[in-house]
Parts: sequence; C-alpha cells; structure tokens
Amino acid sequence: MGFLGQAWTIAWKDILGELRTREMVFSMLLFGFLVILIFNFGIEPGLRDEALVKPGVLWAAFVFAGILGLNRSFSSEKENDCLQGLLLCPVDRAVIYLGKFLGNFVFVLAMSLAVLLFFSVLYNVDVIAVLPGLLAILGLATIGFCAVGTLFSAVSVGIKTRDVLLAILLFPVLVPVILAAAKSSAFVMNGEGLFAGGSWLAMLVVYDVVFLAVSVMVFDYVLEE
Amino acid sequence: MAEEQTLKRTFAEAPPAVIEQRGGRGGDRSLWVDALGAGSILAILFALYLALIWAPTEAVMGDIQRLFYFHVAAAWLALGPSFGVVAACSVLYLWKKDLRYDRIASASAELGVMFTTITLVTGPIWARPIWGAYWTWDPRLTTTLVLWFIFVAYLMLRSAVDAGHKRARLSAVFGIVGWIDVPIVFMSIRWWRTIHPTVIASEGGGLAPDMRLALFVAIGAFTLLYAYLLVVRVRQEDLATRLDRVRHQLYLR
Repeated sequence: MGFLGQAWTIAWKDILGELRTREMVFSMLLFGFLVILIFNFGIEPGLRDEALVKPGVLWAAFVFAGILGLNRSFSSEKENDCLQGLLLCPVDRAVIYLGKFLGNFVFVLAMSLAVLLFFSVLYNVDVIAVLPGLLAILGLATIGFCAVGTLFSAVSVGIKTRDVLLAILLFPVLVPVILAAAKSSAFVMNGEGLFAGGSWLAMLVVYDVVFLAVSVMVFDYVLEE
Repeated sequence: MAEEQTLKRTFAEAPPAVIEQRGGRGGDRSLWVDALGAGSILAILFALYLALIWAPTEAVMGDIQRLFYFHVAAAWLALGPSFGVVAACSVLYLWKKDLRYDRIASASAELGVMFTTITLVTGPIWARPIWGAYWTWDPRLTTTLVLWFIFVAYLMLRSAVDAGHKRARLSAVFGIVGWIDVPIVFMSIRWWRTIHPTVIASEGGGLAPDMRLALFVAIGAFTLLYAYLLVVRVRQEDLATRLDRVRHQLYLR
C-alpha cells in the first residue's frame, strides 16, 4: 500500500467511526448554526455594509464549529489507548498526520457545506450562483485550517486544559487563513468572480503548502513517547 | 506530593550523567553578567537622555514623538531577537535534545511578551493625539497584536505541561510554527491600506540625523537589556534544574 493509501486507511477509520456514532459532525453542525444565529443579533438589518459583514459571519461560524471537530480528533484516540495502537502502526509518523488531516478535512468540509446552506437561507445570499468559487475558497481554507489544526490537536491532546488551549494556540496562527478566506469570499459573493481576489487565493495556497510541509516535518516530535 | 513531583520532574529532565557534566554551569555569579547588567543600565540612562532631552522636538507632533524611540526599540526586540531566539532554540532543541535550549527559548518568550506589551502600550498613547484613534487595523499593529497572542499562547502551553522533554518538544513545535506564521500574518494584513509611518526605509526614511542617533542608541540599549535579562533568566532556570537534582538526590538517600 502506498503512502496515500495508508493515510487514507487511517482517515477512513475515523470516517467510519463517525458514520457509526454520528457524534462529532452533528454537534459541529449544530454549533455552526448557532454561531450564524447569534451573529444575526449583532447585525442590524439594513446596515450599510451588510454585504461586507456576511462573509465574516460565515468564516467565524466555520472556524468556531471546526475547532470542535479538531478537539475530538486526537482526544477520541485516547479512549482505550487507541493512540498507542495508532503509534504502533508500521507506518511513518507523517502518514498518521496525513490520515488524521484527511479525516478532519472531510469532517470540517461536510460541516461547512451544511452551514453554508443554512447561512444562504437565513442571510438571503444566493450561494448557488457562486458555488464553484465559494467551494474553491472553502476547500483551500479548510486545508489550511486542518493542516495547522491537526498538528495542534496532537500537541494539546495530553493536556488537561486541551479544549481551551487548542483555541488559544490555533486562532492566532489561523489569522491569515481567516482573513484571506473572508476577503476572497466577499469578492465571490459580490459577483466579482473568484479571481478578483487573486492575491488572497495565492495567500491561501501559500499558507496551505507551507503549513502542510512544516506540519509533516515536525509531527514526528509531537507524538514521540 | 511535592517530592513526588520533583522526582518526576528530575527524571524527565535528563539522565544524571548529563546534569553532572554541567554542574558548574549557572551556579556562580560571573563578572561578565554583572558587567552586562551595569552596561545595560548605563546604556538605558544614556538613551533616555538622548531621547528625552538631547534630541530635537518634532516640529508637528511635539514631545509625544519622543515615545517613538522606545516604541521602535521595543518593537524591534519583540519581532527580531525575542522571537528569533525562540525559533532558533526550538529548532536546536528538537535537533540536539538539550533542555538548555528549551530554557533559553522560554526565557526569550517571556521577554517577548514584555517587549510586545511595551510596543502595544506606547503605540496607542502616541496614536491617540497623532492619528486621532488609539488603534487602527494596520498591518504592523495587527501583526504585533497577533505576535503578542502567539507569545502568550506559547507560555500558556508551557504552563499547561509538566516540565521536561515533553514540554520542550511541544513548545518547540509551537514556537517554530508561530515563527513561520508571523511573516504570513504580516503579508496578509498588508494588503489592506497602511497608515503606519515608515521610519527606516531603504532610502533612509524621514528622520532627522539627531533623531536617528537617539533611535539607534535606544535600540542598542534595549538590546543590551534584553541580552542581560535573558542571561539572568536562563541562569535562574538552570539553577532551578540543579536544585531539583539536589533535592532528588537527598530524597533518594
């Protein structure tokens, strides 16, 4: 089995577990809906810059809901010493990282798509017309989010205050992703097309490449037992 | 309970043989540290004189501009040496597995919080009368704020894990990722418009020669202070490690 095949096996294990228990994606989803709902109270209807605020709301919902999933990513492996089993797998540590990353990517993306639909209805944004552009941004941003998020999830797994610690570690590092994603989706939502915010897209790509590479390199040290 | 923790900590720190080798280190006061301390105090006093008395008053901004010498010096130390040392020592730790690098990184991060805080406090004091607002979401301001959050997160991570190699590994990983992130943060925010004055440009910037001298002296003085505080803090941590070892030996007997 190749490198990617091994990683996919680990990711599939997580996805299968999730399909059977349905505990994580559902709670992420609900939380994402709630963030959308609560932000609504902070935005006056008819606000002059309403169109500029909406992408921000969407990305706040993705990030807050997404971090719930990342929290579970490695802590779920703590039960029954699954983490030990994972570490005993005769594979490279980078494969474990990539597998967990892929699993998180699938979960966060699934959650984001549902939240996007909810958002589109409640905020009267026609996402169907701009769906390809939004999907591209969503994909790129989710890669960046999960690249760093999976690494930090592993960093915080053995720590008592891990839930809040993960947020404190992750959010400052995620600033470029959130900014670039919110900015470029504003272009897309205003009908200016995906490449109107070309430099923001480039930023997302650079962030993804840099942090995937760095995470693969340093992940070895995180789970050293 | 206390002994148990000490025991755990000492075992985690290093095998006794490794500690034995550097038993003499960090113990005795040495002349060069005192000289560094005295030098940084003198340099700070000199910088204060230059910045507050000797340098000409800025024509438009008035005396509030004098804050700038310390603002820039603190910002330089936060972004440059403090974070640079954290990142370099993180890499060195992961490579060499020597906890001394971890202690240096930790001390540097603490100083980083201090200098970033000085930058973030002096900036708004100056900005209120000059820009008419305490804060703007300018790239440098926002980057400095994000930097502050990363430094604090680094220390939070350290405080959440028991001392030893695990803590050193985890914080080294975070230190490296954070360090790589800061330039990207800066780039990403720079695509908004910036109103922050560019003081030192490739063309020399818009600074009078006297002011520039005062600025460079302030930067030099702060850098000396940073070096001194770093050395003192690392020695403190070295001693704490040694103390743990001694306690451990007494406990075993």
